Amino acid sequence: MDAPTKKLKVATTSLAGCFGCHMSFLDIDERLFALLDLVEFDRSPITDIKHCGPCDIGIVEGGLCNAENVHVLREFRANCRILIAIGACAVNGGLPAQRNSLSLPAILEEIYHAQHGLTHGSIPDDPELPLPLDKVHPLHEVVKVDYFIPGCPPSGDAIWKVLTDLLAGREPELGHGLIHYD
Amino acid sequence: MSEGNFTLDGEDIPFQEGQTIMQAAMAAGKYIPHLCYHPEFKPHGSCKLCTVRVNGRATASCTQRAASGAVVESNTHAINDERRALLQMLFVEGNHFCPSCEKSGNCQLQATAYELGMMSPHYDHFFPNRPVDASHPEYLLDFNRCILCSLCIRASRDVDGKNVFALSGRGIKTRLIVNAKSGRLADTNFSEADKAAHVCPVGVILKKRKGFAQPIGGRTFDLNPISATPHPTIKEG
Ligand code: SF4
Ligand code: SF4
Ligand code: FES
Repeated sequence: MDAPTKKLKVATTSLAGCFGCHMSFLDIDERLFALLDLVEFDRSPITDIKHCGPCDIGIVEGGLCNAENVHVLREFRANCRILIAIGACAVNGGLPAQRNSLSLPAILEEIYHAQHGLTHGSIPDDPELPLPLDKVHPLHEVVKVDYFIPGCPPSGDAIWKVLTDLLAGREPELGHGLIHYD
Repeated sequence: MSEGNFTLDGEDIPFQEGQTIMQAAMAAGKYIPHLCYHPEFKPHGSCKLCTVRVNGRATASCTQRAASGAVVESNTHAINDERRALLQMLFVEGNHFCPSCEKSGNCQLQATAYELGMMSPHYDHFFPNRPVDASHPEYLLDFNRCILCSLCIRASRDVDGKNVFALSGRGIKTRLIVNAKSGRLADTNFSEADKAAHVCPVGVILKKRKGFAQPIGGRTFDLNPISATPHPTIKEG
């Protein structure tokens, strides 16, 4: 690999995801040390930095299910030269998008009012809570996404392959066994 | 029976009079992506995944008769780009949540998308609302994943002699229906012994209480890519 002279800045975040893709990212195990020779982390659960500054690569897990997700995604797009959607939820909405065939009021009604065992349920309306979107959307329906790593979650090996391809200036490619949607 | 040769991506392929390009290619062990073609049924020519260029002209290889001396291109960047776009449209038109699909790992749509390196659905999703039919005691129909290949229709009509399934509507409104007044599978004479119960290339016609029986890693297309898996690829699920 032709190592870049300056360390690349990488930011990561999870939107409407389960952090499974981040866990899978940690599955690159001791290769994290090799990666840390080449990159430094900006906003990420690893650093706990809350806002993303100018970065070379942004990695976003999860789709968009509420207004805050959209704000964070736009912040990433505005700051990252290369944006990567990681995991089924970022790529096609994934499990959260399985609510899309139901109406949002019906879902809220079912969860907070009608469900068995709820007597004085009320739909949360604290102004601190981000408003849910009518439908869950994958990232590419809202901003331009440069690369996709499908999988639920993608394996550590698949993530490693895409990152090392990119760091070496190659077009990322996942062959048989690395590309999967489940 | 007269015979001849054509070239497929530069390689000589022998054929027998009457064979299609797809049939001759399969007989020679060459893979041309396809979804609505199945060697046991008359071709339907609808999915267009199998499109090749014959002497420069695009045509469906599952319906096009092989001709001596023809120059056939299949595995080219341009053709595979078009195939990927067709796949992406199939994915966004339905609801394909592979992680929760019982067909995952044994699905020809998914395996073909892997083969062609489809990294994203690219288009905006329709997220259609298509209720499932769980009325039958043994089988479930999840229409969210139907790609309208018509294999179940051909199997039920031509092999089972039952006509359980049909296509209704036109264009983007086309959908698969069950031939019963109620529209429910339970109200037909569909049974497990039917050929139609075993031909769906995707996760629509599913045997109940059998889901996720094969562990990840041991499913059909975990083992080999679809291009290296002999037809018919649909294992009893
Ligand atoms: S039918 Fe195939 S492509 Fe669709 S969700 Fe199931 S495994 Fe995925
Ligand atoms: S149910 Fe399956 S076999 Fe029948 S048309 Fe749909 S995808 Fe094809
Ligand atoms: S396989 Fe030929 S058109 Fe579908």
